[in-house]
Amino acid sequence: MNTGLKKRFGNAERLRELGLLLFILVLGAAIQLRNPAFLRVSNLMSLFTNTSILAILAVGMMMVLLTRGIDLSIGATIAFSGMVTAMTVARFPQMHPALAIAQGTAIGTVVGMVIGVLVAKFDVLPIIATLGMMNIVRGMTFVVSGGRWVSSYQMPNSFKAIATGRTFGLNNLIVIAIAVYIVAFYFMNHTRTGRRIYAVGSNPSAAEVSGIPRRRLIFLVYTIMGGLAGLAGVLWVARFASAQGDTAMGYELQVIAACILGGVSILGGVGKISGLILGTVLFGILANALPLVDVSPFWQLGIQGATVLVAVMANAMVLRNTERSALRRRAV
Amino acid sequence: MSESQYILEMRDITKTFPGVRALDGVRFDLKPGEIHGLMGENGAGKSTFIKIITGVHSPDAGELLINGQPMEFKRPLDAQKVGVAAIYQHVTCYPDLNVAENIFMGHEKVTGPTRRIDWKSMHAEAQALLNQLDANFSSTERMGALSVARQQIVEIAKALSFNARIVIMDEPTAALTQHESEELYRITDGLREKGVAVIFISHRLEDIRRLADRVTVFRDGKYIGCWPVEEITQDKLIVAMVGREISQMFPKRVINIGDEVLRVENLSRVGFFRDVSFDLRKGEILALTGLVGAGRTEVCEAIYGVEPSDGGRIVLEGKEVRVGNPLDALRVGIGCLPEDRQKQGLVLPWEIGKNITLPSLRTFSRFTWLNEQQEHEAAGRLAQKLSVKARSIFTKVFALSGGNQQKVVVAKILSRSLKVIILDEPTKGVDVGAKAAIYEIIGDLAEQGYGIILVSSEMPEVLGMSDRIVVMKEGRVTARLVTSETTQEEILNAAMVVETEQAAAQAELQVVGDAPSETEGAR
Repeated sequence: MNTGLKKRFGNAERLRELGLLLFILVLGAAIQLRNPAFLRVSNLMSLFTNTSILAILAVGMMMVLLTRGIDLSIGATIAFSGMVTAMTVARFPQMHPALAIAQGTAIGTVVGMVIGVLVAKFDVLPIIATLGMMNIVRGMTFVVSGGRWVSSYQMPNSFKAIATGRTFGLNNLIVIAIAVYIVAFYFMNHTRTGRRIYAVGSNPSAAEVSGIPRRRLIFLVYTIMGGLAGLAGVLWVARFASAQGDTAMGYELQVIAACILGGVSILGGVGKISGLILGTVLFGILANALPLVDVSPFWQLGIQGATVLVAVMANAMVLRNTERSALRRRAV
Repeated sequence: MSESQYILEMRDITKTFPGVRALDGVRFDLKPGEIHGLMGENGAGKSTFIKIITGVHSPDAGELLINGQPMEFKRPLDAQKVGVAAIYQHVTCYPDLNVAENIFMGHEKVTGPTRRIDWKSMHAEAQALLNQLDANFSSTERMGALSVARQQIVEIAKALSFNARIVIMDEPTAALTQHESEELYRITDGLREKGVAVIFISHRLEDIRRLADRVTVFRDGKYIGCWPVEEITQDKLIVAMVGREISQMFPKRVINIGDEVLRVENLSRVGFFRDVSFDLRKGEILALTGLVGAGRTEVCEAIYGVEPSDGGRIVLEGKEVRVGNPLDALRVGIGCLPEDRQKQGLVLPWEIGKNITLPSLRTFSRFTWLNEQQEHEAAGRLAQKLSVKARSIFTKVFALSGGNQQKVVVAKILSRSLKVIILDEPTKGVDVGAKAAIYEIIGDLAEQGYGIILVSSEMPEVLGMSDRIVVMKEGRVTARLVTSETTQEEILNAAMVVETEQAAAQAELQVVGDAPSETEGAR
């Protein structure tokens, strides 16, 4: 066999990631030239802090996408978990922040479990199940809050410190995101359950035949996604020191976009933690650094969207090439 | 006798699905180290039967004994535990995962208190299994990048990985080339030597003759019989499967061959084929044969405009035509029956009638408004012409049998007025009865004056159906033969053997460096 071809094929995915990394470096350099403040430690810290919530959510979304699913409800889950937690700490200012985080995560987990049951047990299409839950949960947010906000002055400082305090010299949000990524990396690459999530998305009918608990795994990914959304809700409210009914409206689409940018396939089975990191970092740079070089906010959204499209097209081209070379090998 | 001589015994197995009795009191037995062929037309109950052995379905009645012990499989896992493994054509592979993961999916190796996956030993063991099967690819390759033949080797390795004593192969050769099939025969023989019992399901009589010790035939969910392979003739086997004598498998008729309708001259496409020339006359069946990958399909795609050629001429009835896409081809009168009829040929959830008229909708529409009555009439006429068996033209296509679906595809291309019809492997994956029906259709088409290009790798089909034969090898025409004056040996020789000079040329190329990728598999 032609080794050159083999190498080319084997590296296709890595090539993609390298391309993404290169793009990040070029973009970073360009921004640095325009505004030397970009690479300052303080700015990078704030960039990563702002990106960490997106990054945490992307992990859950990747698992869902791997199983050929999608979760449109997470923006609502963030708002609901954030609102309930904010109201709780406003009422009981003595509550330990860790307990608040646990509460929010638990709320999100319950929402995720409901979706998991709908999708895994009742075979509701994920897009429909989560669309329905999105509205239900968003509605519940307005109901519990009576349409009112929980503002900064109502929240105890200990709670707001979740997002402002530091551990090992890093902002807590970054530390939490890193922890999530370490656990997720181990889970996805070195445990049976993790690998089976890939298997379920790669070929669902095969999973059924070879005795893999497909439904249980699908339930699991929505539960994890819900839990992470609940966690993100607490972090979000602590970070912005305000809980509103329309918090994180439409945020799920940004998370999905970051996943796609990171090479996760909507068709399931494909996606890596390493790619996810690159995808979210790029997304973070686009969101946080463009203002630094005086790109008008009107343009920023457009640039974000265009980047996603370019990445997807590049991905499709790489894929077509690898498939073609695979076909060539097959044809002979 | 305490120990049964059979590793697997099934008695009076019955399974009913709503509305269908899929299996009706069938029996089957299997000795250790035996390859037992299982044959039957599509719908004979083979698939249901396998699903019972592998624990996907449980039987309504009957006994299943493993080594003389009665067993009851509730889940696929139960069957796996006693050493039953099934190798399906496609269903069980995970294209996005690597080979080692595919082999060990469901019984991964774990280590340590956290039960993490032991990648190192998994790859080592996978590689050992692959080496055992003489496979020359790595356990780290992505499954989706492998050829079907190699994917099957991985499936066999998977079966070995949990010490399967009974291996079921479901039509493993259907998607393989002759060469790859030989490879599979060798591996399957190797399994027999290891004492593994194999149930080998195939439509290809050749497979059974080459491999099996005994053969069992099912028909309409019933057990018909079981014979040692040496004791049954091919004709008898066909009668057992079909339930009637297929008096003439190849109803080649005497047809008046008319004037030239199509001529291709020096047709070329870089990297795929070069200097392909032949001509075709009215009412003639021209077989285009060669190994899979010889460029036959690509030539047809060029004539039909799917992937246009980049050199040479296509002359239709004396006039040169340019075919840039299938629409051009249809407009000048060239139609094609694609190889994968489900993927390219039919809209499965649609009705028969709608499928048939799809390429000719313009004929029935006026100012974009469809005249449905006309459409239905035309569809009905064509369906009748090809005797599609269905209640009406409003039956959905996915409910039809493979042979009937094939007829719908043919009806569909006939709805345009055509001069040339290209048939790419029209009988692939079709059972014996439906095959005869398709040959019948091909004969009819030729009789009606269509020029027909029949792409096929099956020698009996090529020799039985065609008037002339064009043999291709590695993108070039290596022989032009008249069917009545040639032999199977001559064809195979042209398709496979004319190797010496080309092999030398390739070797040279390799020394120089980048060998063109399409010549790779020759080694």
